[in-house]
Amino acid sequence: MAESGVTATVGAARTRGQWLSMVARQRELSLVAIMVVLGGLVSISAPQFLTPSNLSQVASLASIIAVAAVGQAIVVITRNIDLSVEATMGLVAYCVAIVLERHALDAPAAITFGLGLGLVLGMINGVIVTLLRVPAIVATLGTLSIFRGVDYLVAGSHQVPLAGLPPGFTDPARDSILGIPIFVLVALVVVVIGSVVLRSTRFGRQVYAVGSNPEAAAVLGIPSRLVVFTAFSVCGLLSGVAGVLWVMQFGTINGTSATGVVLSVVAAVVVGGVAIFGGSGTLAGAALGALFLGFIANALILVGLSQFWLQAIYGVVILVAVSADALILRRIQRATAERRVR
Amino acid sequence: MTTPVVAPTAPSVELRGISKHFAATAALTDVSMDLRAGEIHGLVGENGAGKSTLVKILAGVHQPDSGTILLDGETTQIHGPAHSRSLGIAVVHQEPRLFPDLTVAENVFIGHAPSGRLGTIDWGGTRRAAEALFGELDVQVDVGAPVRGLSMADQQLIEIAKSLSLDARVLILDEPTASLSAHEVERLFTIVRRLRDRGVSVLFVSHRLDEVFDLCDRATVFRDGRHVVTTATSELTTAELVRHMVGRTVSLFPKVETPMGDILLEVRDLAKVGVFRDVGFSVRAGEIVGFAGLVGAGRTEVARVLFGIDQRDGGEIWLGGTQVNFANPSAAMHAGIAYLPEDRHQEGLVLGFSIAQNVTLPILPRLFPRLLIRSSAERKVADEHTERLNVRMTGVDQLVESLSGGNQQKVVLAKWLASGPRVLILDEPTRGIDIGAKVEVHRIISELAASGLGIILISSDLPEVLAMSDRILVLHEGRVTADIPRDRATQERVMFAATGSVAGDDHPTAGTQFTGDVTGGGLDG
Repeated sequence: MAESGVTATVGAARTRGQWLSMVARQRELSLVAIMVVLGGLVSISAPQFLTPSNLSQVASLASIIAVAAVGQAIVVITRNIDLSVEATMGLVAYCVAIVLERHALDAPAAITFGLGLGLVLGMINGVIVTLLRVPAIVATLGTLSIFRGVDYLVAGSHQVPLAGLPPGFTDPARDSILGIPIFVLVALVVVVIGSVVLRSTRFGRQVYAVGSNPEAAAVLGIPSRLVVFTAFSVCGLLSGVAGVLWVMQFGTINGTSATGVVLSVVAAVVVGGVAIFGGSGTLAGAALGALFLGFIANALILVGLSQFWLQAIYGVVILVAVSADALILRRIQRATAERRVR
Repeated sequence: MTTPVVAPTAPSVELRGISKHFAATAALTDVSMDLRAGEIHGLVGENGAGKSTLVKILAGVHQPDSGTILLDGETTQIHGPAHSRSLGIAVVHQEPRLFPDLTVAENVFIGHAPSGRLGTIDWGGTRRAAEALFGELDVQVDVGAPVRGLSMADQQLIEIAKSLSLDARVLILDEPTASLSAHEVERLFTIVRRLRDRGVSVLFVSHRLDEVFDLCDRATVFRDGRHVVTTATSELTTAELVRHMVGRTVSLFPKVETPMGDILLEVRDLAKVGVFRDVGFSVRAGEIVGFAGLVGAGRTEVARVLFGIDQRDGGEIWLGGTQVNFANPSAAMHAGIAYLPEDRHQEGLVLGFSIAQNVTLPILPRLFPRLLIRSSAERKVADEHTERLNVRMTGVDQLVESLSGGNQQKVVLAKWLASGPRVLILDEPTRGIDIGAKVEVHRIISELAASGLGIILISSDLPEVLAMSDRILVLHEGRVTADIPRDRATQERVMFAATGSVAGDDHPTAGTQFTGDVTGGGLDG
């Protein structure tokens, strides 16, 4: 999508509207630019901010959110939302940890089991939304509660300690290949595969079509319910991946693990430029949104701001991102209208 | 024809030289007319004649570009809907805009409910006042019941009661009878006459000419945004009225004479409950069959059934000699039917997509049976079809949202042509595009027919249907009222059939005697 937006303007007289639409479609660039500027400013008062060890820690943590945000972004592009992601992550994390602690499965099998569980939970969401026709926001609010409830039931007051996991299981959270943290590589793989699917497959095209114009999709005979179901399934699968990463990152897992994460995930998607009403946005944007939020959180802590400020600033960032979208959209529409009249 | 009890007096509303443009299109040009206290004034005209624009100007939705509005002789500017209401102008729409979850009484007094001692709403008083209003109208309604579930006719009466509660001096009824049964229409008319006798000015906008004659004291005809005539209905015949409505100059469209082939599509007794029935026609290869009729006549609904978007309740569809039944649009597309929808933004295009992405959307599975989409192949297909249609663009990677209306319409056409159809259904293909693009679309339609496609052309633009079609099917309220071959098609004949007037077959003037029951029945029968 981003690609075609850029090439379209090549050779054409660049009017105001086209410039703006380029900016709108280059959310990824502006995020990176802001991060660079911010990094420079923060490192003045907190020199440890720009050290490789701090950066790779920030990136690893953000990669977990990024993986979940990619799944969420696909769902949001179809004009839906999945609020249950954090419960899926938590339940997957606990189940993976407990089967490992009890030596029921070895590490690869436990990971596969975790991903499968995530997929199934996503499919449940998909069925509720497409077959039972419950609006996604309500359906996934329900499953958020249900999945978390199951998590509590299964876990009880038990906590899987780091020592309960097989030796070396949590190493990927700290290791890197060629200087790149493994979690970042995982997120990169997810973003690349997801982007190729969205940009260059029939399914991908249909995801955008369904989210952008459901009536047109219906007239074209696009199986919108199948598309939405698939989106939820993929989102569940990727939440499963994020759940497994969560186990590796934190080691100590109980029934409340990953509580509250959905806010960061949805925030990452929105900040990353995915339209909350569907139809547009990129997975790279969503992943960068996750990195951006992680970056800000880390910077604020290093500068010495309290947790309270962190929450408030998170909120401000989201509002700024969304209102910037609305503003740019209105400008584009006006500029386009002017051009048509001429 | 009824004689008003209150003698027509000075105009309560007077319009002088009203003009209104939307972008490049003139909706109203230099329109002058007046509305007297105590009269029912009919406003008629084809689709797009400017009736709704006038209604919206009086309702404060639009401001005129030029001209003056006089209320009781005083120059007035109507700033917005609320201002219009406070000036005593009330509009009752075809589909009333009420709050379905609130009660009848709450809806009547929304925004101006009687208040109690503490400034709170006096619910008892509201109820009693609402009951009194409906008593005045002589209508039985439970004012405590929620509006949801009430019939369209009852909802309109609530709107009328609301206008009474606001002491409206001017009541505008915008196509009020389109979805009412004959009995409901009669009840509405009785009430409207009663209001007229109380001195209210009523503007009655309708497509049903028999109703205009039945109800109105005077009638005004609009054509192409201009005022044509205002006369007393007693001095007018249906034929004259129809002639005033049509008679537009026909610009030259390049219609190519094409030899016709075999029957491609045949439809027998097609029916959808409450929407249309007994629809039958056939389309040959190379033939353009025009669907004429007024908005709401059921033309688009027939097309949606043919394309598998909606399902029929009865009848048969034969395509190329075999009976077909399309469960969804993909099935219809596979069988060789393409449908260019009426609203290209709503149903035709994905605006955030490039031209190429839009063009290939319906044929992706065929174009790329394997998993991946190759952009080069996609562009080639898009290039081929957009070139044929002469789409003005910087390239097929351009986003469709940045194209003009005419070029967007060509992209929709290109999209459907890419699917290689045998029968092409075009629903209002030239609505809202400029004249140059229009002529070009007509050229394309002719060429497509010449290449052997069967074409169904749904259009409210009468000259367009007449110029393009080999045969014209006229629908009125869900039924085919005429099937006219090209050489016998005239604007008058089509308009007669479209308004459900008695077809004065070869002598339109002979059909002036009006029999209301031909059209009065609606669809409830």
